[in-house]
Amino acid sequence: MKVGLFVPCYINQFYPKVAIDTLELLEKLGLEVGYPLNQTCCGQPMANSGYEHLTGSTNELFTQNFAGYDYIVSPSGSCTLHIKDHLHSDKAPAEAKSIRSRIYELTEFLTDVIKVDSIKASFPYRVGVHQSCHGQRGLKLAQMTELTAPAFSKPEQLLNMVDGIELIPLTRADECCGFGGTFCVAEEAVSVKMGKDRVADHIKNNAEYITAADMSCLMHMEGILKRQNSPVKVMHIAEILNAAMV
Amino acid sequence: MSAVKDHAALAQAFNKDEKRVDWHDETLWFVRAKRDRASHGIPDWELLRETASQIKHNVLSNMHDYLVQFEGNALANGIKIHWAADAAEHNAIVLSILKEKGIDRMVKSKSMLTEECHLNDFLQDNGVEVIDSDLGERIVQLAKEPPSHIVLPCIHKKKEEIGDIFHEHLGTAAGESDPQILTETARQHLREVFLTRRAALTGVNFAIAETGEFVVCTNEGNADMGAHLADVHIASMGFEKLIPQRKHLSVFLRLLTRSATGQPITTYSSHFKKPRPGQQMHIIIVDNGRSIQLGREDFRNSLKCIRCGACMNTCPVYRRSGGHSYHTAVAGPIGSILAPNLDMKKYADLPFASTLCGSCSNVCPVKIDIHDQLYKWRQVIVKNGYSTKTKTAMMKGMTLALSSPAIFNISGKAGRLALKFIPFAVNNGLNPWYKQRDMPTPPEGSFTDWYKKNRKGEQP
Amino acid sequence: MSRDSILKAIKQNQPELRPLPADVDFYFEQTEAAEKFKQVLEFIGGRFVEANNYAAVKASLENTFPQAQRWITAIDEFSELATLIQPGDPHELENVDVAIIKAHFGVAENGAVWVTEDLMGARALPFITQHLVILLNRNNIVPLMQQAYQLIAEKDYGYAAFIAGPSKTADIEQSLVIGAHGPRSLTVFLLDSDN
Ligand code: SF4
Repeated sequence: MKVGLFVPCYINQFYPKVAIDTLELLEKLGLEVGYPLNQTCCGQPMANSGYEHLTGSTNELFTQNFAGYDYIVSPSGSCTLHIKDHLHSDKAPAEAKSIRSRIYELTEFLTDVIKVDSIKASFPYRVGVHQSCHGQRGLKLAQMTELTAPAFSKPEQLLNMVDGIELIPLTRADECCGFGGTFCVAEEAVSVKMGKDRVADHIKNNAEYITAADMSCLMHMEGILKRQNSPVKVMHIAEILNAAMV
Repeated sequence: MSAVKDHAALAQAFNKDEKRVDWHDETLWFVRAKRDRASHGIPDWELLRETASQIKHNVLSNMHDYLVQFEGNALANGIKIHWAADAAEHNAIVLSILKEKGIDRMVKSKSMLTEECHLNDFLQDNGVEVIDSDLGERIVQLAKEPPSHIVLPCIHKKKEEIGDIFHEHLGTAAGESDPQILTETARQHLREVFLTRRAALTGVNFAIAETGEFVVCTNEGNADMGAHLADVHIASMGFEKLIPQRKHLSVFLRLLTRSATGQPITTYSSHFKKPRPGQQMHIIIVDNGRSIQLGREDFRNSLKCIRCGACMNTCPVYRRSGGHSYHTAVAGPIGSILAPNLDMKKYADLPFASTLCGSCSNVCPVKIDIHDQLYKWRQVIVKNGYSTKTKTAMMKGMTLALSSPAIFNISGKAGRLALKFIPFAVNNGLNPWYKQRDMPTPPEGSFTDWYKKNRKGEQP
Repeated sequence: MSRDSILKAIKQNQPELRPLPADVDFYFEQTEAAEKFKQVLEFIGGRFVEANNYAAVKASLENTFPQAQRWITAIDEFSELATLIQPGDPHELENVDVAIIKAHFGVAENGAVWVTEDLMGARALPFITQHLVILLNRNNIVPLMQQAYQLIAEKDYGYAAFIAGPSKTADIEQSLVIGAHGPRSLTVFLLDSDN
């Protein structure tokens, strides 16, 4: 099984550690992981702004880069969802279509494809789990509070395998953090207010760390936490799952 | 506020008073929580939603025949039917009905359609006084504001402010803000209105093709008080209010109020089939852009809406920007997919007033794919040229950088062009990100840099 | 009139026919209907009273509404306690204190009762009265709205309503106030017999 690692543009540039942890985590599970060096971006920033028609070249690039892999795995629910819903290619239409069903967000790949039942990691802290909307409502990584349906959560299923971790409950389990791509600057006031409220929920419930399967939400919340000089930190789920044993 | 109304600017103004935003958010979240309790108590909730959705799909696909059937049955029941192509025709029809009877004062129960048509202003300009009888609507009417929510019209107002309005207009004691006392005052005031108005206008929640009857749902009983005491009952409906058969009400009435307020059903679900002896009953069937929307494949499903308001209560943006920031009769997520159909330029901002979190689609009792339609409207709006030049230039720049691995992979912190084009980190002096948030600290090198050093390096 | 142009546009623009769902009566909740009805009715602000017969109802009503001046009913058997409603101008009902009517059936899941205009006497009565009293036979409670509409699917009426609790509003800051424009109270008497 050959796994292609897709690292979203902003993780590549701002949060290389998240990508390193993702890679190491997959390697530890004995997987053969490749990283196509020519990757850039899934095209979502343009598409969500109404410019999907400009994403032709990023789409072609993506299709080219990941054509040879059995699975494509990414530490981002949002970018994964975008590829799943929108990737198409004029040069290799069949390949693009197939990639859409071969791409997985990291946690669902671990629970559904690899079916991991134990993780050697330790993280003795109180952690609040932020459900990113695209991961949760888009990829169905966890049950949504709006529905009348049985509960589950793939990220929490994995986190519960980590030594010493304490997952704290939130008052609003799955409210959006307000990042929303270009929304975060176009609708600055509401975006920030949503972020503040989300962060406050974690703090109120005694989180030491906020984690998520999407670094973009965390980057937004981190910006707010830092501005507030809060001791609470954000950490991508891959960083926790790859945290060393103590 | 800029000359052209814009959601972001209006929302920013709303957010100047953070305490008030918190209050607004909590009040609506409380309604969402009630909705959750009510819906989670119905084991077959999701099946009910799916069934309602299918019924509505059938209605949209057979609208022409159902309308003709409805019209025939309603006529046979003794109801007069009118058709209005747009808001102006609707308003003119109402006026002509009143004129014919020599009526210059009318009582009206909640009808978002008449808000859409700006009926009150029109009638006032033509010498007809209209009094809204739903408490929330009466309050915003006295305040000279539009409703900010389709189910909870004055949800943006604090009780102290309502107390001041009542003090000014209805003579309550200064500083009185007890909801009990204010409601009792409105009851007395409006009772006099009900007893003296010869015409009543109501909305329509459901119209039944099979029987020619229509159903109006209220908690206050104001639609019934108006209609049963008036000589003339006018009911205004968008044509999408149709459902095929009476038994389908069982599905919709189970969903509507649980979704709206968390009640198991509204206090009154009134079925109007025939006028009472001596009474005139009129139905005005309104198009006003709906037939165009019906032809938009990606957006026609918005016509399934039963106006429960659940998508507003759950919307994290609506709760923190207020209904008036949408500058349209129907606010919130559903308003943002309906309004561009009527005027793409004027409402070009609305589909962007969302994080696309998808909560709206999940609560929607008729399963409208609201957030997908918001995404699709964005594409349509940009393609039709209603985006700004700066934004287009920015997007093109971003596309250029992201389409070229060579540019994207320039290494070194200073030289890394990509940092400038990371979507939300658009690097200019006025970066709105930085106003209330710190930027992430760019590390020395990218992951790609690290990978080249630490792994053999997958060839492209 | 725009009738034809509207219908024409609709015909042109409506999508290909999609079928109705085969079944809307898919769910039958097995609960003790009367008990559930009571629970829900009280939750939505109604009063629930069990009574053996009309005599018991009368006694209870006289106790409950000692101040009431004007009583109106659409039920012959109550004509000593209340005035039988006569056809006429609904405005004359303006000062009714208590109205007593029957319901066809109740619905357990939402505490609603189904009343057609023949049982109301006048359409305005259940709304204009200060207090509404409704008699319901114990055998006539269905669990869900699906069964309710099975009972009324074919019925004819000029006007009818599901009535669930007293009139209410929460328009001011979501605080619930009972007694908006309609009755300030609703009492449902659950009876074992119809006399
Ligand atoms: S779109 Fe759906 S949730 Fe929103 S008001 Fe309409 S029916 Fe309710």
